[in-house]
Amino acid sequence: MPTTTLHIRRGGPGEAPRHDVFELSFEPGESVLDALRRLRIGTDPTLAFRYACLNANACKECMMLLDGKVIYACTARLEARDMRLDPLPNKTLLRDLATVIAPPDERLD
Amino acid sequence: MRNSAIPASNQPRHFTADVLIIGAGAAGMYAAIEAARQGAGSVLLLDRSLIGRGGATVMAQMTVAAAVGPDDDWRHHLADTLAAGRGLCDPALAALLCEVGAECILEMDRWKVGWARAGTGFASVQAPGHDRARCVYVDFLSTGPAVSKALRAQVQRVGDAIRRIGEMLVTDLVVQDGRVTGAVALHVASGAPLTIAAPTTIIATGGLTRLYARNSASANMSGDGYALAMRAGATLLDMEFVQFFPIGHLAPRLIGMDPIMWDPFRYKLGGRLLNGAMQEFVERWGGDAENGTYSTTRDLATHAIIKEVEAGHGSPNGGAWLSFTHVPAAELRAAFGPVIDKLAANGIDLTRDCIEVSPIAHYHMGGVRVDTAMRTDVPGLLCAGEAVGGANGANRLSGNAITEALAFGRLAGAEAARQAAEGAPAFDVAAARPALALLAAEGPAQNTAALVARLQHIMAADVGPFRTAAGLARAAAALAALREEIGTAPPGTPGLAHDLVRLDWLDLRQMLLVAKSVVLAATARTESRGAHQREDFPEMSPSWERNLPLRLRAGVPELA
Ligand SMILES: Cc1cc2nc3c(=O)[nH]c(=O)nc-3n(C[C@H](O)[C@H](O)[C@H](O)COP(=O)(O)OP(=O)(O)OC[C@H]3O[C@@H](n4cnc5c(N)ncnc54)[C@H](O)[C@@H]3O)c2cc1C
Ligand code: FES
Repeated sequence: MPTTTLHIRRGGPGEAPRHDVFELSFEPGESVLDALRRLRIGTDPTLAFRYACLNANACKECMMLLDGKVIYACTARLEARDMRLDPLPNKTLLRDLATVIAPPDERLD
Repeated sequence: MRNSAIPASNQPRHFTADVLIIGAGAAGMYAAIEAARQGAGSVLLLDRSLIGRGGATVMAQMTVAAAVGPDDDWRHHLADTLAAGRGLCDPALAALLCEVGAECILEMDRWKVGWARAGTGFASVQAPGHDRARCVYVDFLSTGPAVSKALRAQVQRVGDAIRRIGEMLVTDLVVQDGRVTGAVALHVASGAPLTIAAPTTIIATGGLTRLYARNSASANMSGDGYALAMRAGATLLDMEFVQFFPIGHLAPRLIGMDPIMWDPFRYKLGGRLLNGAMQEFVERWGGDAENGTYSTTRDLATHAIIKEVEAGHGSPNGGAWLSFTHVPAAELRAAFGPVIDKLAANGIDLTRDCIEVSPIAHYHMGGVRVDTAMRTDVPGLLCAGEAVGGANGANRLSGNAITEALAFGRLAGAEAARQAAEGAPAFDVAAARPALALLAAEGPAQNTAALVARLQHIMAADVGPFRTAAGLARAAAALAALREEIGTAPPGTPGLAHDLVRLDWLDLRQMLLVAKSVVLAATARTESRGAHQREDFPEMSPSWERNLPLRLRAGVPELA
């Protein structure tokens, strides 16, 4: 099985940005979201990211940056290389890869 | 468990509404629209995820059953629904699904949902179990997104009467003197607790598919509504009837698509279901010979695939092959449209490749017991959509779930507006204290993501479509051990933004109660009927032609 190396931006607003590095093997065809969910179960449950529909690409919650480009984590495929994941830059950061993406009139404030 | 006392100055934020709606899928959004147009002045529509995006509705890619064709009548639809339910449908609820559902489909058409057209009417297909073409859709594979979008636009059009807030996880209902007076919620984005006062609350939280390792719906379908209702004193029924969708995608890894997407193409093109030796097999397990058509109902197809795999004739990943290789490329393109390109991006060429499919948890027939106004047996509490039990009995017909969500949402909204006009009972925050204390509690660190996965494997192993007394007992013991292990307080400290560890714990609390209810009911029903198949009781028994209600007694689900 091929191996990918994920560099994942961690921390909340105001914290010094850092990237944690995770190596994991994958089956060809698997998505970035598959990897993130597996990391939570097997390695670090505190990793924060958003998703709802798992892989139907219906909820549009899983947007983030892969190597600086906006992707859906549930449709971007894992590759056998270094992959860098960051939160959306133009949205308020919640924590790690999770940002505030709800329309303004559907938020608490 | 360490309970941080809540200082008076630090009271959680409080909302007041005429109608509180929990869950913004088709049922919740239709309920909000109807409540507002029937006069409710303030409707609060909450979802644990994004509004109109978090649940099964937005994922439904296929069809909606409704008697809207020129030669159809809702009574024909009702007859089919009752037959599929194998004696367990609540006939009054099923009739409302079929009659009001058809009205909702027509209203949605005026709301420009975009039902596909054929000639002067709606295009429709005949799904298994329906006596005629009755399932309308939005091409291609866009039914659910289109339904969600049209409803969301209407919710917005209603204006200020409906306040929508996402990322709000309702964790408990507030009960005063046997009446629901509101709820306690966690704002997931900030980790802050909230209280909500409302004379009427509608549970519209959808189903429980997340209890299973392989499931077709979203991460939000933890069965929360069942747990909320039960803890508030309501009765659930038919919790043993989990519908497995027979041909959920299994391999190769297919991303960007809903795992049940193959079904509409089976209607349109009659894809062939084959075993590991590339032979047709469904008829060997009690189905009819399919002869290139799609005529087998969900429970029979699920049975056939699982038995064929058990007999050692499965496909390499433990399912069955689905083949469209007999269909000419031009016909495939006409039926699949742009989906052909999405498949190509996944490395799948249907003129050449078969795919592997196997049963996947998909829908829940059981749920909260309601009357024809969607009232539970607890005053102040209504329920709508998939969270309701009884309309579909032991087996749901294809296309009936969206119809159910629309119809029951509309009925619940109307009833909620009527109740709101009667005035509100006083909300006493003291009644919310235990639920607030849980959100403030600080438990030891735990890998709750792994614990959720464990629960899913317990359910998949022994509480899937085929059950035995021994397997159910094993599941009950494993669930009890898991319940012990999670303790009484969510791990970590409150107030962390988007804290999935605490969120998973709160979900586990509900999932464990719901899973226990499913196991209890499945153990009690010593027969096989529809989606509930007992290998140790393979026959359907006339004495079991009845619903199985359960309630919480001293915190434990019991058969009522
Ligand atoms: C992949 C897929 C395809 C399907 N295809 C079809 C089809 O073609 N035709 C058909 O008729 N049916 C189909 N179904 C079934 C149908 O989609 C559902 O039964 C129906 O949409 C349920 O609607 P609902 O409004 O009751 O619940 P949902 O749409 O599931 O909405 C429930 C909402 O409640 C929210 N929620 C849950 N718990 C809480 C909580 N504690 N606090 C706050 N919010 C909460 C969720 O986030 C979610 O947004 C399909 C289902 C799936 C999963
Ligand atoms: S998880 Fe829903 S779009 Fe990616």
